[in-house]
Amino acid sequence: MIALSPLKKFTYPIQAEAINPDVFQGKTISEIGELTVYEGNKLRKLSELFSIKEMPGEPTTIQIDGDVSQVRRIGLGMKNGEIIINGNAGMHLGEKMAGGKITVNGDVGGWAGSDMKKGTIEIHGNAGDYLASPYRGSATGMKGGNITVDGNVGSDSACYMRGGVIKIKGNAGPFLGYHMSDGAIYVQQNAAPRLGASMTGGKIIVSGTVEDMMPTFSIDSIKPKVKVDDTTNVTGPFYVFLGDLAEHGTGKIFASKAANPALKAYEKFL
Amino acid sequence: MTELLIKNGFVFDPINGVNGEKMDIAIKDGKIVEKVRSTAKTIDATGLTVMAGGVDIHSHIAGGEVNTGRIFRPEDHIKDAVSKTSLTRAGTGYSLPSTFVTGYRYSKLGYTTVMNPSIAPIGAKHAHEELNDIPLIDKASFPLLGDWWFVLENLAKGDVEECARHIAWMMQTTKGYAIKIVNPGGLESWGFGRNVHSIDDQVPNFCITPREIVRGLAKVNTMLNLPHTIHLHTNNLGVPGNYKTTLETMRALEDLATNDKPIAHITHIQFASFAGDDWGKFRSAADEISKYINNHNHITLDMGQVTFTDTTTMTADGPFEHTLYTLSKHKWINSDFETETSGGIIPFQYKKNNAVNAIQWSIGLEIALLIKDPWKIYMTTDHPNGGPFTAYPRVLAWLMSKKAREATLKKCHKKAQKKSLLPSIDRELTLYELAILTRAGTAKTLGLKNKGHLGVGADADVAIFNINPETTDIAKQYKIVRKAFNSSVYTIKDGKIVAKDGEIVDNTTPGKTMWVDVRTKEPCKIDEEMKKKFRQYWTVDYENYPVPDHYLKVPQAIPIQGSV
Repeated sequence: MIALSPLKKFTYPIQAEAINPDVFQGKTISEIGELTVYEGNKLRKLSELFSIKEMPGEPTTIQIDGDVSQVRRIGLGMKNGEIIINGNAGMHLGEKMAGGKITVNGDVGGWAGSDMKKGTIEIHGNAGDYLASPYRGSATGMKGGNITVDGNVGSDSACYMRGGVIKIKGNAGPFLGYHMSDGAIYVQQNAAPRLGASMTGGKIIVSGTVEDMMPTFSIDSIKPKVKVDDTTNVTGPFYVFLGDLAEHGTGKIFASKAANPALKAYEKFL
Repeated sequence: MTELLIKNGFVFDPINGVNGEKMDIAIKDGKIVEKVRSTAKTIDATGLTVMAGGVDIHSHIAGGEVNTGRIFRPEDHIKDAVSKTSLTRAGTGYSLPSTFVTGYRYSKLGYTTVMNPSIAPIGAKHAHEELNDIPLIDKASFPLLGDWWFVLENLAKGDVEECARHIAWMMQTTKGYAIKIVNPGGLESWGFGRNVHSIDDQVPNFCITPREIVRGLAKVNTMLNLPHTIHLHTNNLGVPGNYKTTLETMRALEDLATNDKPIAHITHIQFASFAGDDWGKFRSAADEISKYINNHNHITLDMGQVTFTDTTTMTADGPFEHTLYTLSKHKWINSDFETETSGGIIPFQYKKNNAVNAIQWSIGLEIALLIKDPWKIYMTTDHPNGGPFTAYPRVLAWLMSKKAREATLKKCHKKAQKKSLLPSIDRELTLYELAILTRAGTAKTLGLKNKGHLGVGADADVAIFNINPETTDIAKQYKIVRKAFNSSVYTIKDGKIVAKDGEIVDNTTPGKTMWVDVRTKEPCKIDEEMKKKFRQYWTVDYENYPVPDHYLKVPQAIPIQGSV
């Protein structure tokens, strides 16, 4: 196991796509220290910014101890191995990830798991905006893999999602699942407005309050329980909404019946 | 006084009938000359192919639409960021390159002149500002005049002569080069959410049909003696079965041609050669179109080849982009340029495993290969609609090698493989023919007398490629040739070496902006009525409308005397 810890409090953003098990693999400590990263507009060696130590454990694991909320693109495109971050992580964590696992014992910035294809990201804190959403303008979002967030997520998360599972134990910001076409999102608490806007497929399950159901969703049925993925079933009952009809969508929003008395008015359309 | 001698290359110069002969090309002060002094700088082109600089007849490189497309597609730029060097500026590339990158990349491909088709007249200033920023290539733009209100009004009245005087004024006003017509009548209809579906449909509020617009403007073009013909994007573009409309449009112009000379250039013909009743029965109409062109001389074409990439479609043809939107469901920009034109932009990915896309790919090549006379069809991808211009080497490879075509066709959708005519076509273009498709033919159709050839007096725009026609079988070794066309050994612009081995080596050549300064015997009638219209319907007053002379960084006015 390779352990990194920051040598100072970072003032400028650091572009650290080099912090990646695939890149570290087969390198000695001194070779890892020679890897280059940008601090602001200055090219630095990794050893100038982090202390690097070898510790007992899996050789493909990287552990970062300390606050790296200014460090971006950790684990960019990683395929194997594991990264454990004990502290907050910066933007673009696990971007284009294609395998392996990232665990964060803290909060993460925006764009975590952006363009993700496979693998697991566990965030034991809050996630920023654009969790699992693609680069601006792109219409190909998360394709597969698992993301778990213990806290809340920001706005515009899971945009253009095409597969995979996202579980959020806290609240979700606006525009969750914008334009999603497949995959599953489970929100244990409340969801902000514009939930599932323009969605054409997939499902969003909300156990708490849905602040504002879009008028382009129509009620389909009431179901006692729903399956999130192979391991998780959630019991309801749930109002099942179909939409987004503005896009001729067949996506489903499951909103808890108990937590959403405001949606009772829809029952007359059943 | 700069002198340059290109020694001992295999020269392909179709306009002067030079087919791969070993020759020396002498350059003095930006022009090709008979000979230079012995002290002149020499380029040893032994074993290399020498051609005139490429002339692109149809490539959207500047203007409101292109720029809106750039704003619209950040995900396109991130794939292809271009860093600055000591000579060149930073930018972004792929399907919508930034202005500087456009110039650099064209130069590396050996191109020295590019026509920017379709600018909305009100966007002319913007387009010229962008053209000013594109270095290393000469350029010109075609204002959209097929749905210009004054044209429609004059033609509806039957006053072709006044229409001609007005167009002359418009050429000076927009600093334009040729008359561009896009979906005649359809753009005006699109303002009301409608379209025209045949060349005899009525245009709302104007009592005129597309047939009358096209014929009228073809007559105007002849009256004004413009160097290029009308540049026409036909009705019903991109709709299955539209080849009938295309043929009807061609027939409608038959009687206007004189002396066997072309009267119209129909652009991106691939998109106008669809047969079948719907997308399910979609097939190629290359056979019908090429048969007609083989028997008639009044039309020239360019390919609009599809190249299987992730690209951006953009056209003034708003209704067509709406059709694309309903098919692709991708993000879509729809616009209506005041009273002038419409417009639409949609990202589009052409896929080999999509039957329609694969057939489209086949159509472009079929037409280019089935038309016997290479002077009638030119190579374009309708950049960026069929693919970015950086894909030209691939298109050239398909044209010159059956092996290259078969290699791509093998990966295409089964339905496309079955329907394609390509396996039955053995023709493989020679370097001489490729020179016609990419420079000589386009320069001739555009009326650029000093471009597209290497005769004495021509502009010293030269491209040298690493192809030895004596030792290379271009049909079999297409990959070598594709690589060679991808980056020229030398690109020479106005007598200066601007690119060498795929690197830009000069940043002092801005490239000229050409425009036609058409004089008419009587001036265009500009009365209070017209000024009032500008005040009522445009956001810009008549007085502020024209592009002033100082707007063009390096203007090259081409004086022309009209016959009205």
